[in-house]
Amino acid sequence: MLEVKDLHVTVEGKEILKGLSLTIQPGEVHAIMGPNGAGKSTLSAVIAGKDGYEVTSGTITFEGKDVLEMDIEERACAGLLLGFQYPVEIPGVKNIYLLKAALNAQRAARGEDEMPAPDFMKLVREKIKFMKMDSSFLQRAVNEGFSGGEKKRNEILQMLLLQPKLAMLDEIDSGLDIDAMKVVADGVNSLRDANRAILMVTHYQRLLDHIVPDVVHVLVDGRIVKTGGKELALELESRGYEWVLEESAA
Amino acid sequence: MASEEMEQLVRREYTQGFVTDIESDTMPPGLDENTIAFISKKKGEPEWMLEWRLKAYHQWLKMTSPSWAHLDYPPIDYQAISYYSAPKKDEDRPQSLDEVDPKLLETYEKLGIPLHERAALAGVAVDAVFDSVSVTTTFKDKLAEAGVIFCSISEAIRDYPELIKQYLGSVVPAADNYFAALNSAVFTDGSFVFVPEGVTCPMELSTYFRINAANTGQFERTLIICEKQAQVSYLEGCTAPQRDENQLHAAVVELVALEDAYIKYSTVQNWYPGDEDGKGGIYNFVTKRGDCRGDRSRISWTQVETGSAITWKYPSCVLRGRDSIGEFYSVAVTNGRQQADTGTKMIHIGEGTRSSIISKGISAGRSNQSYRGLVKIGPRAKGARNFTQCDSLLIGDQCGAHTFPYQEIGNSSATVEHEATTSKIGEDQLFYCQSRGISEEDAVSMIVNGFCKDVFQELPMEFAVEAEALLNVTLEGAVG
Amino acid sequence: MSDEQTFLDALSARGTRRGAEPTWIAARRQAGAARFEALGFPTRRDEAFKYTDVRTIARGDFTLAQDAQDLAPLSPATAAALTLPLEALRLTFVDGIFAPELSDLAALPAGVSVEPLSEALADNHEAVGGALGRLAGVDFSPFTALNTAFAEEGAVIRLAPGSVVETPILVQFLSRANATPLMSHPRVLIEAGARSQATVIEHQVGEEEAANFSNLVSEVMLERGAILTHYKLQEASLKDLHVSSLHIDQGRDSRFTSFNLNLGGSLVRNDIVADLNAQGAETNYYGLFFAQGRQHVDNHTLVNHNAPHTFSNENYKGILGDRAHGVFNGKVVVRRDSQKIEAHQSNANLLLSDRAEIDTKPELEIYADDVKCSHGATTGQLDEEAIFALRARGIGEETARGLLTLAFAGEVMEQVVLDAVAERVERTVAGKLPERFNLAGLVEVAAALDEE
Repeated sequence: MLEVKDLHVTVEGKEILKGLSLTIQPGEVHAIMGPNGAGKSTLSAVIAGKDGYEVTSGTITFEGKDVLEMDIEERACAGLLLGFQYPVEIPGVKNIYLLKAALNAQRAARGEDEMPAPDFMKLVREKIKFMKMDSSFLQRAVNEGFSGGEKKRNEILQMLLLQPKLAMLDEIDSGLDIDAMKVVADGVNSLRDANRAILMVTHYQRLLDHIVPDVVHVLVDGRIVKTGGKELALELESRGYEWVLEESAA
Repeated sequence: MASEEMEQLVRREYTQGFVTDIESDTMPPGLDENTIAFISKKKGEPEWMLEWRLKAYHQWLKMTSPSWAHLDYPPIDYQAISYYSAPKKDEDRPQSLDEVDPKLLETYEKLGIPLHERAALAGVAVDAVFDSVSVTTTFKDKLAEAGVIFCSISEAIRDYPELIKQYLGSVVPAADNYFAALNSAVFTDGSFVFVPEGVTCPMELSTYFRINAANTGQFERTLIICEKQAQVSYLEGCTAPQRDENQLHAAVVELVALEDAYIKYSTVQNWYPGDEDGKGGIYNFVTKRGDCRGDRSRISWTQVETGSAITWKYPSCVLRGRDSIGEFYSVAVTNGRQQADTGTKMIHIGEGTRSSIISKGISAGRSNQSYRGLVKIGPRAKGARNFTQCDSLLIGDQCGAHTFPYQEIGNSSATVEHEATTSKIGEDQLFYCQSRGISEEDAVSMIVNGFCKDVFQELPMEFAVEAEALLNVTLEGAVG
Repeated sequence: MSDEQTFLDALSARGTRRGAEPTWIAARRQAGAARFEALGFPTRRDEAFKYTDVRTIARGDFTLAQDAQDLAPLSPATAAALTLPLEALRLTFVDGIFAPELSDLAALPAGVSVEPLSEALADNHEAVGGALGRLAGVDFSPFTALNTAFAEEGAVIRLAPGSVVETPILVQFLSRANATPLMSHPRVLIEAGARSQATVIEHQVGEEEAANFSNLVSEVMLERGAILTHYKLQEASLKDLHVSSLHIDQGRDSRFTSFNLNLGGSLVRNDIVADLNAQGAETNYYGLFFAQGRQHVDNHTLVNHNAPHTFSNENYKGILGDRAHGVFNGKVVVRRDSQKIEAHQSNANLLLSDRAEIDTKPELEIYADDVKCSHGATTGQLDEEAIFALRARGIGEETARGLLTLAFAGEVMEQVVLDAVAERVERTVAGKLPERFNLAGLVEVAAALDEE
């Protein structure tokens, strides 16, 4: 489904990713772990198409298409959706506008008609309830004045509505208390199915207690240095990253 | 010397200098074509220069004095002004510091100006105390070596007519405004600077060096040209109150920066502001404009305005070259009955042009001060940016502080930001300082200096120190 | 014949047809005409009209609806469609003439009087005489002088002390498409007694092909503790010419809030002047102007802090597309000895096209020292971070820009309490954005959600 090959990325002249390769199949949940500054967030940002990241070599393909050739919104419409670590506040733009505009755009990209307003309202209501959010959120400006937890729930709410093929979650656990973490994890778990993949970037093992990954990658200094099953995450938690480095250097 | 005699002497300095001394090259008051011909002849100017002046004069006759500024002054009688006065003969000057107004000397002392400089500033015949010739020679040699021309505008008209023909009036056309037209007709002196391609002027240039060579007239004309990749820092005016017998001062300054050139122009203006009741003082009507003609050129104006009864002054930048930069940093302090209407114009014509404006105004006493600025973004100035910060501080409840910023924006990719605040000097800040044992006056000066810090740091080092001192002198008696 | 003479001729022609009037009115008319004749129409040499050229008005040949020979009818259906969907006390004028059939004052609560100026003059002209022209003198501008010369219709709203009117009072000015261009000079007088409260909406709207000139003058007097919210919703046709001035006199602890929402008109000039004459008075100005095509919208606001302990706050937003030209001039004056003042002012503009232009001048004139005054003006671009965030959800770049443009207006619209007004404006803005933005559907959904 997603194939990243020998990806090199520089930001402001500094090389952050130094030959990263990664393959994700439908139905899989991948977790990328690694110390600060390893390039974890860079990877998801590049896949989503954020400005300021220069791909110097390597390829990213999604369902056979060259992702690097696609516009930001094309990627999202193709099913690549990024959950932000720091969701942007957009004063004045109501959440409901964002949700409807995004859903319309994605449906249009698939050649589907706009969802009729009553159906849309019903769907939104259902999802918002699932995320244990108040419906007043819909009339509030996107993320404006939201707490950290509310922002993250809002990210997942969008995922539930837009149903991406590959959901990328960048540090979705940061800034969450345990209750919020459970709600967010429930949301993400509800997305799991045989046709969908999830890529999580995280610093901590604790998220992986709630969203159990199939594959765990260790990202250090711009490269994936080790790949394993969910038990790898536990090992990283107890032993830190040093041993992986030593092992890969050996 | 008895104090009466002294007073007489001082008074003669102010009132009698021109009229009685028929022998010297002093014109009686009045302005007509003959006056202009006389000035041109005295300066030994070529015919084309006289024609240029006369043309300006005829345009001036058709113009009217601007009335849009937030200023209140009686109409000026242009026929009551004498337009030419030769440098004073040495025997007419005070022969030593003992003969100079003690009040003036006191001010110099407060400013921390070295003794021999005080003499020069007070117009004392300096040969006895201070050998300016040697100083002049040293710096002239150094400049010549670098290929920099620095001389009076009169010399330049004689010695570099081609440069003058090319550049004079090319930034501020003769008929630009009422006062510029008047200046173009009757200017008597000023500076000329030419920095050739690739040269960074080896020293900061200052009118101070020339103060002795010519008695600065009331109609100065300054022209500075920096060729490609050339740089110069020019300091104007003296850091002390210059005694000026004349009421009207109408100067024109033109700057031209070609590709990658950088001109930094700093002014500390402290002309006589008039007395406590608003009697006397200089009317300062100045047109200053820089033309960023070349790509990536940069012109930076820094001014500290503390003097003059009336100030009408808007140092501006025409940002023609791609990615050129204009800057304006200003501190203006008014006290007593002073009135100042000052600010800048940033005209963005070229793509990617940037400008920043930092203006700090302090009003005290019964003074009134206005910031008046224009930021204009032309339709071709893609991606142009301006940032303006304009703060006013009020000391006392009888003064006024006003802000009139014009923004004319005709390009959708431009970013223009203007912020302005007006407030009184912070009582809690004052209290805090005083509770630490600092006198109220010192506390005010500390706070005001802090308020002006952003601008002072743009000044060359020694200027900054004097500017701070000047601020304190101006604000004396503003509190309590 | 001079431009002014055309108008003076129309005035004297009207004078011969109008019935007898109390002498004070005749005198004021005369003063207005004389002042207008002396001043003439403003030109761009006048600082107040530096960016606005009123020659299309000055050179126009407009007929008063009262004097027009063949008035096109305005169907009830059209009138109904133009009306704000709002439960309100309603007073309607069609091209300056009172339309009782389109007015509804049945539910007038006790302590409140709302009547057309012509009736008020007939009933008790002395009372009107005390208010008319008290704030908007003939010297304010040639247009107020002209209005004074012509004024014979408009609205008179009086609130008795302590009366609180929950239902908004809607004064509608409808402009019809007519073969000969029409002109009207309505006058609105609002006298709010001590501690009274009300909301007044001046709604300017008309048929799409209307090409008339309206010159509205409103005078608002707030006594001690009165609270008045004033909406001016200007949705005139794109050919209408519209000049207005709104004058407010504020007593102790009174609060005035103005929403000046401008969407229509080809040439629009609004002046708002509030005099804060006693301690505790507070005024809030909110404004939105959205112009496209070759529309020209000029808003001049002035707050005079004439007394200590007075407060003002202002937030104006401008959105300009195509070759539209926007002007904002906001001035705050703090008089000598008006200490303990707070005055804040902000103007932000968005240019959607390289041929659009905004000229803005936020001014402060301050003669007292114990003040906290600030102003800011920005003209700039949409937040690129926000655009990325929207695109990352699959929203096309153009739609993302449209959403953010709507949001830009939203910062002012959030202050609007009347949903009917807010929705009308949002829908109009969304609908008027370049078609590629296609946002109208979104606004509908949000509105539907609101109604649940």
